Amino acid sequence: MTPDLFEQGAERLATHQARVVAEVTSGDRSASFGRIHEPGSLDLTHGRILYLEDVHVSFDGFKAINGLSLDIAPGELRCIIGPNGAGKTTMMDIITGKTKPDSGQVFFGSTIDLLRHNEPEIAQLGIGRKFQKPTVFEQLTVFENLELALKTHKGVAASMFFKLNGTQRDRLGEVLKTIHLEDSVRRQAGNLSHGQKQWLEIGMLLMQDPKLLLLDEPVAGMTDYETERTAELFLTLKGKHSLMVVEHDMSFINTISDIVTVLCDGSVLAQGTLAQVQADERVIEVYLGR
Amino acid sequence: MHTTTTTMTSAMQLPQPAPLMSRRAWVAFLAALVTLCAVVPVLNLWVPESSLFHMSDYAVGLVGKIMCYAICALAMDLIWGYTGILSLGHGLFFALGGYVMGMYLMRQIGTDGNYKSNLPDFMVFLDWKTLPWHWTFSDSFIATLILVVAVPGVLAWVFGYFAFRSRIKGVYFSIITQALTFAAMLLFFRNETGFGGNNGFTDFKRILDLPIATPATRMTLFVMTSACLLGCYVFARWLVQSKFGRVLQAIRDAESRVMFSGYSPLPYKLTIWVISAVMCGIAGALYVPQVGIINPSEMSTANSIEIAVWAAVGGRASLIGPIVGAFLVNGMKSWLTVTAPEFWLYFLGALFIGVTLYLPQGVVGFVQKMNAKKQSGEKA
Repeated sequence: MTPDLFEQGAERLATHQARVVAEVTSGDRSASFGRIHEPGSLDLTHGRILYLEDVHVSFDGFKAINGLSLDIAPGELRCIIGPNGAGKTTMMDIITGKTKPDSGQVFFGSTIDLLRHNEPEIAQLGIGRKFQKPTVFEQLTVFENLELALKTHKGVAASMFFKLNGTQRDRLGEVLKTIHLEDSVRRQAGNLSHGQKQWLEIGMLLMQDPKLLLLDEPVAGMTDYETERTAELFLTLKGKHSLMVVEHDMSFINTISDIVTVLCDGSVLAQGTLAQVQADERVIEVYLGR
Repeated sequence: MHTTTTTMTSAMQLPQPAPLMSRRAWVAFLAALVTLCAVVPVLNLWVPESSLFHMSDYAVGLVGKIMCYAICALAMDLIWGYTGILSLGHGLFFALGGYVMGMYLMRQIGTDGNYKSNLPDFMVFLDWKTLPWHWTFSDSFIATLILVVAVPGVLAWVFGYFAFRSRIKGVYFSIITQALTFAAMLLFFRNETGFGGNNGFTDFKRILDLPIATPATRMTLFVMTSACLLGCYVFARWLVQSKFGRVLQAIRDAESRVMFSGYSPLPYKLTIWVISAVMCGIAGALYVPQVGIINPSEMSTANSIEIAVWAAVGGRASLIGPIVGAFLVNGMKSWLTVTAPEFWLYFLGALFIGVTLYLPQGVVGFVQKMNAKKQSGEKA
């Protein structure tokens, strides 16, 4: 054994490992025709968890979404920015089944057509959504809020006889820690501060164990400290989950983003790193006014 | 690894599921059970009338009637207080349960009616020769018991399915329920519908072949009504303590969040709506043999609104509140309609406005708040 044989071996190993990693995310080397696909399971072999193509929606003649095409990779953290009325919230409405588009395709993974499902089904498939205005169950305690969001059977009979088991309790405890609300377990959600409500809502999403999280202005109304903690949280979620974050807070985006998509008038205006899009002439134009 | 996570969560002390009722609530519950099912019968049947402790037949009848109303108020609380769906048509379900029972009682009269016929008197009066099809099962007590549950249940299911599927909410839903009970009232007012027209059913003689007006029968009905009210209360408590009950409250507070948490609100709303309607139907079936009459005025819109008033006065989303409310309002009603009958409706209106403005949590909510204040005062 000579040193350069060692080197060659190490090189081959590295290539092999890189290939394995690549296969997990994009799978370009595994033939898609050889796999058995279970209905309802998420097919990520094409390396895309969310896929929108040429989506159009108009409300009373106003084109809210106008030929929007966008895709997101598994584990990616994508930031969406854009001026008011660019169609950011409408886009989330379409993905979560609240609004039906006039035309276009919306796929979750390669096989699940989201346009065929309603809101609860889409939530069960693994898409969680946080609203712009924090929406929690104000009359229930923090604990009960999280318990309701827990991923489990959600039929009427199942709920009537539901009992939290040990694993689920542990999971709930973990999420409570993650969202820094351990001390408020028994508090009514309505009495939390604005930032804490935002966190509780994010915690509720985590309880659902979603594959894709849609977050509409998650740090609005948070203190600097809370914003920082949220950025940390998102960075830890990245990789395990895919995230789509709509935000106006540029310094927050700067902390967390890889790729930023700029929406304007219902379609994608520019895409790239934050620095790239901020340098883009067209982006500057729409933001600074024409 | 596993042990570490367990210690972590136990250190954090996640709340344990609440018991069905607290020890104090169970004591109160048992006290109510003993009072209604043992003390009242003794006071009414065995204590001589001359005694101070004798409970008059009038009082027994009144309390029995109000307990039926209390079941309705409880049902209203489940759908309005907990789920946030205001129904202004619950009187319809109450009346339907009552009518089913009334049909059975009419058949029990047998040939003792004014016309000495096998048919109920009003049919003879209308010159009908045979029973209409919908009276087929009215001579069977078992079938009657099933129909008391099934008729309001099925109607509620069908109506609720279409209303909730179309996502009809809030005041629109309330108005439609109001229209529903009004339409039913107009239908039942007609003679050809076969429910005795505006006179309805009355002059009952027997139930299960036993004379209906004897003290023993009346007391049996009273005890059954008590048991039903207490049973409904425990069932309702179990419902709202379960995760099902919390989903209902979640639907009330933020329905969109419920949907995006993976729950389909339709089956939840439908289930509680049907349960609520069936409870009203049972209350109606207990009410009719006790008061001895059922007619379409039970379906009038005012009656349904009154149910909502009881719940609001007592306190919504507390279960005990609506029962207290039913007793308070109806107690006052039976007193005021004797002393100053012309003022009753004004008083009811003023009460409703007053409670909405000054006691949004109702009487029970107000008392609880005062108690909490007192306790925190003592601590400080």
